[in-house]
Amino acid sequence: MAKQPVDYEALLSSIEASFPMVQILDKDGNVVNKDIMPDLSDDELVELMTRMVWSRVLHERSMALARQGRLGFYAPTMGQEASQLASHFAFKKQDWLYPGYRDIPQLIQHGLSVPKAFLWSRGHVEGNNYPEDLHAMAPQIIIGAQYIQAMGNAVGQKFAGKEDEVTFTYTGDGGSSQGDVYEGMNFAGRYKAPIVFYIQNNGYAISTPRHKQSAANTLAQKAAAAGIPGVQVDGMDPLAVYAVSKQAREWAAAGNGPVLIETITSRFGPHSTSGDDPTRYREQESFDYWAQRDPLVRFRNYLKEKGLWNDEKEEELIEKTKEEIKQAAKEADQAPKMKVSEFLKNMHGEPGQNIIEQIEKYEAKESK
Amino acid sequence: MANLTMIQAITESLDQEMARDEKVLIFGEDVGKNGGVFRATQGLFDKYGENRVNDTPLAESGIGGMAFGLAVQGFRPVMEIQFFGFVFEVMDSIVGQMARTRYRTGGKLNLPAVIRSPFGGGVHTPEMHADSLEGLMAQSPGLKVVIPSNPYDAKGLLTSAIRDEDPVVFLEHMKLYRSFRDEVPEEQYTVPLGKAAVAKEGSDITIVAYGYMVREALKAAEQLEKDNVSAEVIDLRTVSPIDYETIVKSVEKTGHMVMVQEAQRQAGVGNVVISEVSQRAILSLEAPVGFVSAPDTVYPFGQIENTWLPNAKDITAAAKKAVEF
Repeated sequence: MAKQPVDYEALLSSIEASFPMVQILDKDGNVVNKDIMPDLSDDELVELMTRMVWSRVLHERSMALARQGRLGFYAPTMGQEASQLASHFAFKKQDWLYPGYRDIPQLIQHGLSVPKAFLWSRGHVEGNNYPEDLHAMAPQIIIGAQYIQAMGNAVGQKFAGKEDEVTFTYTGDGGSSQGDVYEGMNFAGRYKAPIVFYIQNNGYAISTPRHKQSAANTLAQKAAAAGIPGVQVDGMDPLAVYAVSKQAREWAAAGNGPVLIETITSRFGPHSTSGDDPTRYREQESFDYWAQRDPLVRFRNYLKEKGLWNDEKEEELIEKTKEEIKQAAKEADQAPKMKVSEFLKNMHGEPGQNIIEQIEKYEAKESK
Repeated sequence: MANLTMIQAITESLDQEMARDEKVLIFGEDVGKNGGVFRATQGLFDKYGENRVNDTPLAESGIGGMAFGLAVQGFRPVMEIQFFGFVFEVMDSIVGQMARTRYRTGGKLNLPAVIRSPFGGGVHTPEMHADSLEGLMAQSPGLKVVIPSNPYDAKGLLTSAIRDEDPVVFLEHMKLYRSFRDEVPEEQYTVPLGKAAVAKEGSDITIVAYGYMVREALKAAEQLEKDNVSAEVIDLRTVSPIDYETIVKSVEKTGHMVMVQEAQRQAGVGNVVISEVSQRAILSLEAPVGFVSAPDTVYPFGQIENTWLPNAKDITAAAKKAVEF
């Protein structure tokens, strides 16, 4: 019998071997890979922890506000603090963020006010009306669309000759199955555009587990189809997420093209506040396993060990954050009532006959 | 003045707009060195370089996303979809994203993109090349949809479309590309979006058409003239938003109307035109409005195309039926 032209098994295992997971802190906060330890000052380490705790409080308060009917759509973030906040920490103010609908913490850290974030959740246009200097798009609901748009944004930065300015965007494990996610990465590779793509793999797309999305062993390896570097990182490890993000940003900003980063993470709660119950599709073991890998626990241990953090400091921070969020919710209540005539005016710069007629009609109605 | 085909008029508009505004970028499948599958972008790659005229990977959705991001970065993207039957791949970028951006951001961010694409029957293309899908676009709030019927309008409308601050879908009928020439001024000029044109004046019946059907309507008008029926032909030019004022003014004068489209009866924009005319000018109508359109089947196999497509004969018959009602 003739020899098979290709050894498929060898091929598959060679692909897997090319995408190892990057980790710096283990689940207890011990340093397991000091060679790649990022160069962060004590102040920066504390700032990163501060943001992660802030995000956890924002999550808890958002859940409570949603239950009270004071928020609308909210996609929980608890568990993804390292993946979201430590990745964002590697980017600069001038960089452009194209977030998915779960990426509110990054948006706020990039400059969106909390009241505006709450208005987005409630369904108020002011939540999407961003100040000029905020380099970000509103959260994207169409899963994958942010990938192709962010790609176009990065191509634009390149064509405009902008230096030290990149784009970064996020999707989830389910999103990695979308055509736009592949197209975004592939175009970005073709144009060598300065962009970092994130797949936050939290194991579930609503109720569909990761293994039902793809036979690929990692999602990072999807980068190979675009001919760009792909990295898998422990998404519960803030230092590893930060380290690979910083490297990716530098690589992109230097004109080398895009990078894909898969963060292995977990959401501790439901998919959204729109009434899904994660215990229907997730075993208790899964919650237990990930609870032991809480990014806050391991980073807290690491910082306490270095004498940079204590419980008192954290309590103070939590109280301060709760108060700020309370004020933000109140401020959001002050937003002006929306008007149909305003929306009609925001359809086109130069409206057609249909819009002009309808503005008249609605303005008459609204003045009554 | 030069005697140009519609495709030459389109190229001239693109060339002049690129020269005028360095933010105008052209991209799509084979629009660069090759100059486009219909030569619409001929010579632009050599003149303006690869950063301004570039070939993309073969993926319509990616092209749409690229237009979106480039516009956010301050460019004026003119993207091409090789044939409009391929729009389904990029519906989200056009309808779900670009069209909604100004509204979504409370007027903060506008998306000045042009989506150029050929369509239209009568040239025996393979499947999904010739379908008239302007109805899908016209039903999407936030888009302007433009369909020129001659070289002069094509140049002026495209220039307006590129200068417009919002997304414009610019549909180019393949049968009109080279079928005749027109006097086209060499200097730049604009034809306003959202304004119809009276292609031929008349007093007995109003024939409203767009795209290639304007040619057929004009042929029908000539025939009707021989039978002592004076037809006024209105070329919509923009199918969203529609210029009802011009149509109503004409119907008030003639008392009769036939709507003509190449799209299937359930598609296109004919139904909405008829509905608006019935709301705005019912008391002027002396007969039911006629509607010439294609049958409600999938776009035909090449060999039966000419039987399936509406033509001047159908228009003449519908016009006679209306005036003799």
